[in-house]
Amino acid sequence: MEISLTVNGTEHTTDVPDNSLLVEIIRERLNLTGTHVGCDTSQCGACTIHMDGRSVKSCTVLAGQADGADITTIEGIGTVDALHPMQEAFRENHALQCGFCTPGMIMSAIDLVEKGKPLDERSVREGLEGNLCRCTGYHNIVKAVLDAQDKM
Amino acid sequence: MTSETGIGAAVKRKEDARFITGAGHYTDDINQPGQLYAVFVRSMYPRAEIRSIDVSPALAMQGVVAAYTGADLAADEIGDLPCGWMVKSKDGSDMIQPPHPPVAVSVVNYVGEPYAMVVAETLQEARDGAEAVTADFNELPVVVDLASAHGADQIHEAAPGNQCYDWELGDREATDAAFASADHVTSLDIVNNRLIPNAMEPRAALGMYEAATGNYTLYTTSQNPHLERLILAAFVNVAAESKLRVVAPDVGGGFGSKIFVYAEETAVIWAAGKLARAIKWRADRSESFLADAHGRDHLTRAELALKADGTFVGLRVKTVANMGAYLSLFASSVPTYLYGTLLAGQYRTPAIYVEVQSVFTNTAPVDAYRGAGRPEATYVVERLVETAARELGKDPADIRRLNFIQPEDFPYETPVALTYDTGDYDASLKKAIELIGYDGFAERKVSSEANGKKRGIGFSCYIEACGLAPSQVALSLGAGVGLFESAEVRVDVTGSVSVMTGCHSHGQGHETTFAQIVSDKLGIPFENVDVVHGDTGRSDYGLGTYGSRSLVVGGSAIVKATDKVIAKSRKIAAHMLESTEENVDFEEGTFSVTDSNQSITFPEVAFSAYVPGNYPLDELEPGLSEKAFYDPENFTYPAGAHICEVEVDPETGKVEIVNFVAVDDFGEIINPMIVAGQVHGGLAQGIGQALLEHGIYDESGQLVTGSYMDYTMPRADDMPNFVVDTTVTPCTHNPLGAKGCGEAGAIGSTAAVMNALTDALGVVDVPMPASPETVWRAMQGE
Amino acid sequence: MYRFNYHKPDDMDAAQQMMADAEDGVYLSGGMTLIPTLKARLASPTDVIDLSGLALSGIELADDSLTIGALTLHSEVAAGNEISSLSNLALAIGDAQVRNRGTIGGSIANSDPGADYPAAVMALAATINTTAGAIDADDFFQGLFETALKPGAIVTSVTFPLPGRAAYEKFPNPASRYAVVGVMVAETNGDVRVGVTGAGPCAYRQRNFEQALADNFSVAALDGLEVDYAEFNSDIHASAEYRGHLVGVMARRAVAQIT
Repeated sequence: MEISLTVNGTEHTTDVPDNSLLVEIIRERLNLTGTHVGCDTSQCGACTIHMDGRSVKSCTVLAGQADGADITTIEGIGTVDALHPMQEAFRENHALQCGFCTPGMIMSAIDLVEKGKPLDERSVREGLEGNLCRCTGYHNIVKAVLDAQDKM
Repeated sequence: MTSETGIGAAVKRKEDARFITGAGHYTDDINQPGQLYAVFVRSMYPRAEIRSIDVSPALAMQGVVAAYTGADLAADEIGDLPCGWMVKSKDGSDMIQPPHPPVAVSVVNYVGEPYAMVVAETLQEARDGAEAVTADFNELPVVVDLASAHGADQIHEAAPGNQCYDWELGDREATDAAFASADHVTSLDIVNNRLIPNAMEPRAALGMYEAATGNYTLYTTSQNPHLERLILAAFVNVAAESKLRVVAPDVGGGFGSKIFVYAEETAVIWAAGKLARAIKWRADRSESFLADAHGRDHLTRAELALKADGTFVGLRVKTVANMGAYLSLFASSVPTYLYGTLLAGQYRTPAIYVEVQSVFTNTAPVDAYRGAGRPEATYVVERLVETAARELGKDPADIRRLNFIQPEDFPYETPVALTYDTGDYDASLKKAIELIGYDGFAERKVSSEANGKKRGIGFSCYIEACGLAPSQVALSLGAGVGLFESAEVRVDVTGSVSVMTGCHSHGQGHETTFAQIVSDKLGIPFENVDVVHGDTGRSDYGLGTYGSRSLVVGGSAIVKATDKVIAKSRKIAAHMLESTEENVDFEEGTFSVTDSNQSITFPEVAFSAYVPGNYPLDELEPGLSEKAFYDPENFTYPAGAHICEVEVDPETGKVEIVNFVAVDDFGEIINPMIVAGQVHGGLAQGIGQALLEHGIYDESGQLVTGSYMDYTMPRADDMPNFVVDTTVTPCTHNPLGAKGCGEAGAIGSTAAVMNALTDALGVVDVPMPASPETVWRAMQGE
Repeated sequence: MYRFNYHKPDDMDAAQQMMADAEDGVYLSGGMTLIPTLKARLASPTDVIDLSGLALSGIELADDSLTIGALTLHSEVAAGNEISSLSNLALAIGDAQVRNRGTIGGSIANSDPGADYPAAVMALAATINTTAGAIDADDFFQGLFETALKPGAIVTSVTFPLPGRAAYEKFPNPASRYAVVGVMVAETNGDVRVGVTGAGPCAYRQRNFEQALADNFSVAALDGLEVDYAEFNSDIHASAEYRGHLVGVMARRAVAQIT
């Protein structure tokens, strides 16, 4: 089937098998490998992107569901020379180690802050329930999100 | 410059730039045009004879290029996956190493063991093809229960009683005598629960072969690419070592599980050679659960003999350790040389005896997982110590202080083979007690009770041996490889520096910390130092990253190599300044003649080295690039005090960690930010073992916890904020004074949590993981 | 996943026609259950019919009821406050990303024993509106993954009477975060209903609790009441007996929220 979707501001039209997943399209068709696959039961969150303004697990979206959607991946959030405040906060607060969960974590965290509710340690921890990290123990991730909240 | 980016500075990491922008290059991100995709066919049976395999249905399918079985690898004389550490039994006999073909040939011994591989043009076609492979199995009796494995149906012809070895360490007679005359004996039956590492990046491999050059290239998720290369070449016969390049690019966590050589990358690189095509494989998470090496899984009877005043007089430990179905690369060493040798803990216990029987079961192979043997040892010792304190009515801190090895006792030779170089255990304990507000605990407990909750506090004063390892010691204990480390400090013409290391960073931040060391020593900008790791084509042979060794062994190699660069630079400077080496000083990047204003900078020296003017070539070669191989004199001995405070909801059994303090002595610290991060991560895994995680096989040998639906991974809302701090007694025997910090969090914390929980409930023991129902039942008195 | 044909009909009739024409069709809503099932190759439908093109989203408040369109996201319900207990329940579903895709229609039609909404459907005496007629809460959940939904029928909305007071308490599975036990207690026009999910094969009402609370709406009223856990679910995270115990604990906590 042919689908069209806007990814990081650029529109793409591509022909994909009906049973393709959005994460496959992002990683393989569009070569945006910053979005990662970490599990097969939709629980780790490493594949989190923004779809029509909401954080979503791209491994659990079919190609057809993404037709017409506006997608932002980690590559569209900021660049090395112009980091998003959340990216900056992750770096400042040592909120990553191996980096594998990081793109998904950043995308989730941005959505969490943008929801508008003032966050504290507890609500950040609950808000990141959908993202697993094996390296950091979450301590610095929480710090980073609270730090970014002030700057966003 | 040195103060902001030098040794001891909390420099922000160089590697972050690519990770936070999604520009990392993990193995699955790397693609070759025209690559094929591999999918493995895995056993649904925990133990069965393979009567026949028919791959023809797969070969008939659209897009399938090849389908291989274990027999195909065997026909090409692909060797078994080896275990690299020989452990001997009490009677002097060698451990049993059953055959371990990478892809099963005639028998399968755990659910998930691969017995065929399908290679196709697309991943969809490979999956469809894999499903089409048929096989005929003859099911065999399954051995799952660890306690009864010895003497159950014999899994491997080579291993009667399913025993791999029956090892001992220490002085049995002296220990028995100590027990016979003790005033008090505390004993515990301990189950150290099986864990599944679950690094967030699943294992992957991209294998390539170019017929015209005979070159093999393997990108894979490895913590030690040189070791992977050595084993694939010399033991598994996939390719000549010189024709095989192994690259471990960005790797998303390892925790030990990516040390080992596995079936999958072996089959992938072999098949790439057969087809002269690139082949890509990535594990599904369910495959990671089934086929990554698991961790821990011990049954232990442990006893501590004491005098009435609480002095330890003897420790006796008997452990049965699960090896799983086959011996993984370091499996044999984990419950022996990385476990038994740590049973002295921080204490002066004079008599210790440990026996470890390791057995095979029809489960996934078990090998090193963060801490590897030392968490198990710490758990035994610290649970015994805390329990003894309660039995004798002593304060848990006091009983430890009574028995600590004192600063003046170092170097201290323990009854279990190791000599600790230095430490100050009371300093860490004192700080931890202060930070947790120990004095206020009683009041907090009353407060919790008023809210209907139980509250408890628990200690764990752990020690570990890391900085693996002095080669001579390792080799004499049965290791098949030496454990030194390589470094090359290569100076460019323009004065920037590349540092090649045989270690690998998969989260530890070596690109930053190693650069800090070199930039500090050479007095050059941090930005001008580039650390290269993970590529056998670029770095000399080294042993990789695990066992908290990289800074200690790899960093020391870098220091030595840097010292050689400085020595040669001094020679060059002397030549350029028309002076002698003895009269040339080097400080903050500048060489100057003593008591004169003649000086040149390091970059100027570098340039000269490559544009050598009038060099006395018989004494001074051009170029500025030096190597070093550092072999440690001893292990290093990080140690510390962890204190955990928990609150328990009696109605549900849910345990909340309300405070966790870790005060660790890692010797000299290069980057405190990175060190704290390593501790946080380790704490989460240790707490995970105590409260959440358990790799469970049912009686029929099926892995019940085969996905995140059932295997409880620590999430952000399961963890508290941690309070971490350090004390410092520099390591006496390496140039950095460093001890390493990567595993400590996981080593000390589990016992602290369970000591706190048992304190809260007023019971002797609670099984791990202390899930809500487990705790609830413990409170019902079950 | 196995291969399948994906369809996105524009209207209800087209959707139902596609289902009728399909060899082995399945409806897709948010996909939070279906897609993982497909990825695991546990199902092999020939056709996946995506309902998201149908106008079935939205939350409408009437005088005494709240009607939520089947395609309304959990996050949308969570952000509302017309029935605060329902919003709190929706907030407890899965995680943030799941809540941004999962729908009430999909959740209810599946009758997963660990889903949260069924407890609210039971406690609030909701009506499930479908293309084949309306179904009362008490008739809807019939067994493990079994509902009274007719083959090919589509849930269009769920109508919740506005309760006088209601509260939801959930004890989550530590791994999956599904409900090990979830209890909603609601009092509507003098009627007390206690909806329980997670414990049994499907959502049900804890009748003895309802009677006790109808007499005396207090935490104390639930003291000593037994829960028959003989048919309850049991797995490595929670035995039937423990779930039986938790039903009481969660019910008391729910009552405590609203007294």
